[in-house]
Amino acid sequence: MNRRLAAWIVNGLLAGLAAVTLFPLLWMVAASLMPAGESGAFPPPLVPRHPTLEHYRELFAHAGMGRYLVNSILLAVAATLLSLAFNVAAGYAFAKLRFAGRDRLFKLLVAALIVPAQVAMVPLFLLLKTLGLVNSYGGVIVPAMASIFGIFLVRQYALSIPDDLIEAARIDGASEFRIYRAIVVPLLKPIIVTLGVFTLLGTWNDFMWPLIVLTDQDLYTLPVALASLAREHVQDNELMMAGSVLTTLPVLLVFMALQRYYIEGLTLGSLKG
Amino acid sequence: MKGRRVAWWFVGPALAVIGVFFVLPVVAALALSVTDFDIYALADLSNLRFVGWRNYTRLLETPLFWQAFGNTAYFVVAGVPLSLAVSLGAALLLHSRLARWKGFYRTALFAPVVTTLVAVAVIWRYLFNTRYGFLNYALGFAGIDPIDWLGDPHWAMPAIIVFAVWKSFGYNMVILLAGLQSIPEDLYDAARIDGASYFERFVHVTLPMLSPLFTLVTIITVAGYFQLFAEPYVMTQGGPLQSTVSVLYFMYEEGFKWWSLGSASAVAFLLFAFILGITFVPMRMARRAGPA
Repeated sequence: MNRRLAAWIVNGLLAGLAAVTLFPLLWMVAASLMPAGESGAFPPPLVPRHPTLEHYRELFAHAGMGRYLVNSILLAVAATLLSLAFNVAAGYAFAKLRFAGRDRLFKLLVAALIVPAQVAMVPLFLLLKTLGLVNSYGGVIVPAMASIFGIFLVRQYALSIPDDLIEAARIDGASEFRIYRAIVVPLLKPIIVTLGVFTLLGTWNDFMWPLIVLTDQDLYTLPVALASLAREHVQDNELMMAGSVLTTLPVLLVFMALQRYYIEGLTLGSLKG
Repeated sequence: MKGRRVAWWFVGPALAVIGVFFVLPVVAALALSVTDFDIYALADLSNLRFVGWRNYTRLLETPLFWQAFGNTAYFVVAGVPLSLAVSLGAALLLHSRLARWKGFYRTALFAPVVTTLVAVAVIWRYLFNTRYGFLNYALGFAGIDPIDWLGDPHWAMPAIIVFAVWKSFGYNMVILLAGLQSIPEDLYDAARIDGASYFERFVHVTLPMLSPLFTLVTIITVAGYFQLFAEPYVMTQGGPLQSTVSVLYFMYEEGFKWWSLGSASAVAFLLFAFILGITFVPMRMARRAGPA
């Protein structure tokens, strides 16, 4: 085949695919700026004729969007920081520290990855109810504080830390905690960012568990609130699109800023698995 | 030795969290699934009774459970191959030496993966609208009459599949792209010297080199697609005529709408056993075939 023709086909297909992929997201932004009812016209309009921010104002003024936004941010940040503290330490220990049963324990953890989280949901709900954590921030944060995937990811990365470095610090008399803080954590920085982005986006986007554990509307995260709004406001296209923008734009921006780390973690997690 | 004890300070907290909030509940789920734990037991534990396999046998006699199972199987059987085909196609395009602006395209094609499922499901609900949705508008140019995507029991699941493929294909695309990039270039050079065409190189070099990874990706995708929940919850509420009730949607309603927590645990275990059954064997085979 003619090379120039092939180049046209490859780039044409990519452009077409990208257009189809991005269209719903672009239309979401456009429709969120249209006055009520405009997006329901036929043929469907692509750009708002009279752009307006009224739906955003409405969401914050009457639908409690500010509250949900704060809930989502608080929960995502808290879950991310806590799970980093737990997973990074454990991942490092599984890679570099020696203790009885280490490798067997790690194999068990990896095997447990196959159990879908939903299997645990019913008893987890009852457990958290007993602990008084149902319908509180704690109910969302506590189960997210450690994850097998996170430990796995950090361990794979930490394997590449040279043993000599740690050994030399030990000979100099540094304690294990000091070695961890002063040598290991700085070396693990890329994977810490990666895991942080993963956890942040994962917690933000999570739906089923917050839906189960949060019953008080004041505690809803954005996805739970949006799902409930969508059931009430089936006809209010533009309002719902504004809600979708507010829910999904923050994660898209975080992803675009840190996508190198995100994609690295994704390939590290699966290629070496 | 001191070093050994100190290690538990590092792994202990994470293992404790996983033990208490994951392992324990999974074991408890098995125990719950042989009880009649319901709203009365929720109020007073003395109402709890051991019922043996009765939850399981009753589920297997419940038509809606079988329908949920069938709907989910439909979603997996049609959705996974479609999703993998798009992922592989996009990865091949991005890997091509002829492609330009690769960074931009990769980001654009990956973007739906990081979006919030509930939010984009809301968007697609409007794109699927019978009267003013874009999909029917676009199909109109091909002379296709408007389809009642989310209102017709025959079209609701296909609509959800289209949405799910759009949402998730970028994930496997990125993994497969990394796999393509790790194939040694000299294999292609050798094939080229032997006069192999692009198609022959694809069949004899790319496919065999990629196949262990592709098998793994397939297994993970199958397991993931079985966990269908938020899409029907937001887009169709399981309807029309329960054509989009998935196993997890059924479990959610059983457990957290009707508070039949014993029965819901049994549903979760049946789903898990099934996923395990159909992914475990190929997983072993892939492990054996692939590099250790």
